[in-house]
Amino acid sequence: MSISPDKQFDLHRRMVRIRLFEEAAGRLAEANRLPGFLHLYVGEEAVASGVCGALNDDDHITSTHRGHGHLVAKGGDFNRMMAELMGKATGYCKGKGGSMHISDLSLGMLGANGIVGAGSPIAVGAAFANKYRKQGQVAVAFFGDGATNIGAFHEAANMACALHLPIVFACENNEYGEFTPRDKTMAITDIVDRAAGYGMPGVIVDGMDVIAVHEAALEAVERARTGGGPSLIEAKTYRFYNHHGVQNLGLKYRSDDEVARWKERDPIFTLEDRMVENKVATRQQFEDIWTQLRNDIDNAIKFAEESPVPAPDQVLVDVYTQKAGAR
Amino acid sequence: MSDERKLPYVMAFNEAVSQAMEADPSVFCAGEDIGAFGGVFGTFGGLQAKFGADRVVDTPISEQAIVGLGVGAAATGLRPIVDLMFMDFICVAMDQIVNQAAKLKYMFGGEATLPLTITTAGGGGLSAAAQHSQSLEAILCHIPGLKVVYPSTPYDMKGLMTACISEDNPTVMVKHKRLLGMTGHVPAERYEIPLGKANIVRAGKDVTVVAYGRMVHESVAAAEKLAAEGIECEVIDPRTLQPLDTETIVESAKRTNRVLVVHEAVRFGGLGAEIAAQIQEQAFDYLDAPVGRIGAPFSPVPFSPALEQHYIPDAKAIEAGIREALLRVGA
Ligand SMILES: Cc1ncc(C[n+]2csc(CCOP(=O)(O)OP(=O)(O)O)c2C)c(N)n1
Ligand SMILES: [Mg+2]
Repeated sequence: MSISPDKQFDLHRRMVRIRLFEEAAGRLAEANRLPGFLHLYVGEEAVASGVCGALNDDDHITSTHRGHGHLVAKGGDFNRMMAELMGKATGYCKGKGGSMHISDLSLGMLGANGIVGAGSPIAVGAAFANKYRKQGQVAVAFFGDGATNIGAFHEAANMACALHLPIVFACENNEYGEFTPRDKTMAITDIVDRAAGYGMPGVIVDGMDVIAVHEAALEAVERARTGGGPSLIEAKTYRFYNHHGVQNLGLKYRSDDEVARWKERDPIFTLEDRMVENKVATRQQFEDIWTQLRNDIDNAIKFAEESPVPAPDQVLVDVYTQKAGAR
Repeated sequence: MSDERKLPYVMAFNEAVSQAMEADPSVFCAGEDIGAFGGVFGTFGGLQAKFGADRVVDTPISEQAIVGLGVGAAATGLRPIVDLMFMDFICVAMDQIVNQAAKLKYMFGGEATLPLTITTAGGGGLSAAAQHSQSLEAILCHIPGLKVVYPSTPYDMKGLMTACISEDNPTVMVKHKRLLGMTGHVPAERYEIPLGKANIVRAGKDVTVVAYGRMVHESVAAAEKLAAEGIECEVIDPRTLQPLDTETIVESAKRTNRVLVVHEAVRFGGLGAEIAAQIQEQAFDYLDAPVGRIGAPFSPVPFSPALEQHYIPDAKAIEAGIREALLRVGA
């Protein structure tokens, strides 16, 4: 591992923050304390953490319906996230967006997205603006394996390459789109095969290994930042819970065995084992980190629950930008 | 009546598809997660097991290609049912729906026939936020060449879905997400409800309420409340939105002299505008009050239940709308 111990702790912390946020959200949803749909990122933490760990605060990302992990990895605030999931006025979107539209533009997080594939063209726009401004910012589009089947993704990837934009396409290949396995919806096994068709380099990484993801991201981000154009990273990963919510209801579309095999490769615990083995960290240090972050989550839930709901007259607010003086 | 056969709305849909597939080998279904999983709303449950994966096809997440598959297969002799999980996703497939499916026949001088059914789920009330809750039916009704159907009961669902499948034109069948579990009488045999025929859900002489989809039930609730005060509302469910049964609506308006149109969609530019215009064109001299309209405010659908509950019209708002229509003293 050429990644510094500090950076390893940083990546670990991002992953634990995601895990704790998502586990808490899952518990709240099970207890009927969250309205709406909930797509949990548990199991895939290494992807968002490894990639966002390679970004600066002013770099941009676009996300998916499974977006909490991306926002947490970019530095999202637990309080405002939890409040948004509960539909409170203090939430990131003032209760108007919810889980599927959570966003923080000040962190360069251009939103979770309810429309599969819709994030990639927006990332292309951010990358275009970044190139235009010449301040060295890059954009990352996160998307699932299933999203690579939609036209928007193809158009975005092709345009990014044609315009040689500073962008990284980060695919979370968790082998399923909702309840349908990937091999029923495409004739290739590796998403990375698509990269050549647009004329960009692509790599496959172990999406359960945050260090591997991070190293691939460093390379791709460096390429984008220095004028080398787009790249595609395919992270092979797995979601531990259901497509939405926690439990599988109805048809069992994945075998217990398959789920168990992936869970053995838990991205957080495998990193902890390696760091202890390499004498970079002690178990006690990890205990302390988990305890402190658990405390943050408990506070966030409390903050969210005590927050007011938006007033009815907010329905018509922010449909348009109000004119702030002509230019 | 207790031995009446009852089915949920979702199963009425399923049964219509199943019986059509039994009757006609050229009928097939395609859509995301509809095969092994049976559709995220259970609408296609059991159909792949019954008819095989060649006739109930799991597609990639590719809405344009899903509708295109339907257009091409319909133009070449099959009778496709293609599913777009949420109504919001029609936007992703808009070219195939609007520029292709709706216009091929006309552009080809009548030489193409498109027996295509596009099914989707509309409506809000589930905190599904702005991209999974919309009511976009007015956009579809604006497109010559399309037919648009929006059933409010299990009985209508089966009869209308059966009619959609046997229809030789592209039809969009909208299911309301919050009606999926609603049960009601559904005959076991195959039957069709003709497209373009409204249903008078409740007869009344004082005021006409035109509503479709889930708003039919909110309107009936409002009507029942007012009935206790001796106000008799006629509730009309057009069931098919394109072509619209203006005849039944206008005839009712001429009898009651007062009309309120209700929909869950945004009020501005909604179907209520068209219905109100038709009524004033055809029954102006009969009206004792302006045609009222109830619809959602001009904003995207908000996520928070605290906002969404004020956003979607309900029986209370409809009751107020009816009272307003009654305020004006008649001629
Ligand atoms: C345009 C569009 N089609 C369908 C859906 C419904 N849908 C939501 S998530 C999803 C699966 C996405 O799969 P993938 O991109 O692999 O992401 P994952 O859920 O596996 O993270 C589908 C089909 C949608 N939200 N948008
Ligand atoms: Mg996937």
